[in-house]
Amino acid sequence: MKLSLKLTTLLAPIFALIVAFGLSTIMLYLIGENPIETFKIMYDYGKTGKSIVSILNRSVPLYISAVAVAVGFKMGLFNIGVESQYLMGSLLSAALGAAVALPSIVHISLIIFVAVLSSALWAAIAGYLKVKKGVHEVISTIMLNYIGTGIIAYLLANIFFEKVELSTTAPQTDLLPETARIPSLNGILGIEDLPNLHGFIIGAIFVGVIYYWIVWKTSLGFDLRATGSSPIAAKFSGANPGRLTVLAMMISGGFAGLVGIAPLTGYFFKYTTDFPSGLGFAGITVALLGRNHPIGMAFGAILLSFLERSAQILDLYNVPKEIEKIMVAVIVLSVVVAYEVVKRYVTNKQIKEASKAVSND
Amino acid sequence: MTLAIELSKISKSFPSVKANDDINLKIKEGSIHAIVGENGAGKSTLMKILYGMLRQDEGIIKIFNDEVNFSSPKDAIAEGIGMVHQHFMLADNLSVLESIILGMDKASLKVLNKNKYTEEINEITKKYSMPLNTLSMIDELGVGEKQRVEIIKVLFRGAKILILDEPTAVLVPQEVNELFNNLKNLKNSGVTIIFISHKLDEVLEIADEISVMRSGKHIDTVDSSAVSKIDLAEMMIGQNLPTPPKREKNTIEKKSLVVKDLTAQKDNGRKAFSNINFSINKGEVVGIAGVEGNGQRELAEAILGVYPIESGEILLEETNIDNLSTRERRERGLSFIPEDRQSQGMLMDVSLAENVILGKQSSTKYKSKYSNIKFNEASTNSNIVIENFDVRTPSNETLALALSGGNQQKFVVGREIENKPSLLIASQPTRGIDIGAQSLIWNKLRDARDEGLAVLLISADLDELIGLSDRILVIYEGIFVKELDPEDATPEILGSYMTGLKA
Repeated sequence: MKLSLKLTTLLAPIFALIVAFGLSTIMLYLIGENPIETFKIMYDYGKTGKSIVSILNRSVPLYISAVAVAVGFKMGLFNIGVESQYLMGSLLSAALGAAVALPSIVHISLIIFVAVLSSALWAAIAGYLKVKKGVHEVISTIMLNYIGTGIIAYLLANIFFEKVELSTTAPQTDLLPETARIPSLNGILGIEDLPNLHGFIIGAIFVGVIYYWIVWKTSLGFDLRATGSSPIAAKFSGANPGRLTVLAMMISGGFAGLVGIAPLTGYFFKYTTDFPSGLGFAGITVALLGRNHPIGMAFGAILLSFLERSAQILDLYNVPKEIEKIMVAVIVLSVVVAYEVVKRYVTNKQIKEASKAVSND
Repeated sequence: MTLAIELSKISKSFPSVKANDDINLKIKEGSIHAIVGENGAGKSTLMKILYGMLRQDEGIIKIFNDEVNFSSPKDAIAEGIGMVHQHFMLADNLSVLESIILGMDKASLKVLNKNKYTEEINEITKKYSMPLNTLSMIDELGVGEKQRVEIIKVLFRGAKILILDEPTAVLVPQEVNELFNNLKNLKNSGVTIIFISHKLDEVLEIADEISVMRSGKHIDTVDSSAVSKIDLAEMMIGQNLPTPPKREKNTIEKKSLVVKDLTAQKDNGRKAFSNINFSINKGEVVGIAGVEGNGQRELAEAILGVYPIESGEILLEETNIDNLSTRERRERGLSFIPEDRQSQGMLMDVSLAENVILGKQSSTKYKSKYSNIKFNEASTNSNIVIENFDVRTPSNETLALALSGGNQQKFVVGREIENKPSLLIASQPTRGIDIGAQSLIWNKLRDARDEGLAVLLISADLDELIGLSDRILVIYEGIFVKELDPEDATPEILGSYMTGLKA
């Protein structure tokens, strides 16, 4: 019985993808493009070696961002503030990382530690406001995104950047020294003639394992999930809702701090005005797509990265590449609906079996 | 005599169960017709069909000999059917008048003609001799009066057929008498009343005819003067009526819980309870009797540590626990059966194997030294609970929400008792569950008491309180007004202390 239930759960995303592709086909057809041709172009471009490296690289921060969001979701907290949390962590760790000279391992560890700590503290503000002042975390994290963006702009332009008169350089932190850079995996994996595959991809796998361990295996995770399932039952069982809320926000923010690590130590080596942004919001989409499951979100991150990468080619063929954004939205909606359908099916099946058990004796 | 309602061959299925199976029912105009049955017998489904909230799969409904087709309660109201729900649908911050006329008019910018409505309402209250001050605010009213507002509300909309769903569940005996007088007046004025209940004494007292339902089927309709309680019980469940097990005091002269001068406040600044003093010995069941909302729920939650206290002391096994967290109190051997198992006692979308952990997730029972949860241990223990408390479930992997209410409750009670506590707080331990589950829980509570467990029992079921308790404390407006030996207590005596008639 357990196996068949697991199989039904797997059917949901497959079903959702079929529906999403169906709808995208219709859409492409309606705007006068050949759907099959379009998918083929995207697929062919997406499967080139260069694209695969790029997709994997992009998946790393996206996946970590999704994990950050998912920690909150498991407890019923909506951390919309991953965006400013990771940018804050990235800026501070970039600034500090560039200012010190240390052996490589220590240097990288320090950058990661500072990023995690500053993002977690920034997120803790929303937890504190919720517990002590009753401000809903959606409101506070959105506002903290605005405030954070302002603070980051100020710090970047006035504190961490020395303006040279008449210079046209955009504000940026100093370059990280070699010791602070995480090496690519190309050498170890023997990949040649391709762009660099970020070493922090291993970090992302670690993040997934830690997330799974905390949420599903520990007693803290049990408290988190219990609160997400029924806040009152959790409170009556002895969980302290206030402490948990702050803690969950900090764990979520701590994961958020890792979002910027790959771009920072992998290829940007500094924080500038065009440091990748928007990953915090994209993480929400991936968390929804992967239903907060560590493996589901990995697939979600790769799928989204694949679509984004392969859509780049569409311009060359005069197909509007915005079709990709619509496809992502349609996929997410289909997944949400499909899971709801499966959930009801499983529930009904269980109720049926339970009532059989009653009437059998 | 005309028939107010005629149901023929009504059937209704849900995915898991046939809730109504070929029901044929005739209800005479101007009579009080009781429908009795255990929880899950199909009474509510049938009434929901009659009130247009559900649609039957098959069958015909005739109201005053006309076939009707309801697609919403609106249609039913238009045909003169009114329903008074068990849980009142009233807003505290409205006046009686506003509550009654709420939803009568389409929303518009016209000024309400309150005088006209007041007159009309007064006419009705006079006609049926159910006095009501239309200017009172709802939150000033007692439970009985609130119910009267609900009844007037339905009559005001022109109901000739009144469905009362478990109307006495929230009332004390004195209020029940008043309700019954009102119902008799209504009947004499020609109103037809359908009275849903599982309390057989009351049904025998008030009803003209009684229809019995069991597992979705209509068993029989009998004249109330021609049957006894035992006949009805047998029809309802096919066995005799249970009573709580005989008690024989087993108190050990050692205090488990001592509560000294405990006082707590509500949000609105009023006292939830004040200067509460009592103690429970090992092997003793202390019952608290009180009308809902008199502070007993807050008291139980204060002992658990989820309701803040203002002053006073709580000692568990001679240690002061009032500064400890809920978790630490549970660690020290406190177990809690909450009054609402679904929102307070279980995680509905989680398996039984994980639900057994709830409350002990941070104790060494389920937490390893690396903070991991011992899921294997939990799986084993959930099977022990399922086995010992006769929880009917396909396996311990089943989600809590798939179980029936009685089985959920057995699981919660079983979990709390199997945690081997030194003090058990049991809030409404058998509310809304079937007779089989009820008597099992009674026996298990009694067994645990005999092994030395101290129990604080809070229940609205006065027979249960009298049957299980070694001592009964009556709470009224947050104060203990009386201590009674259950040997000397009857529901009537308890009722008069609970309502403040005696002090």
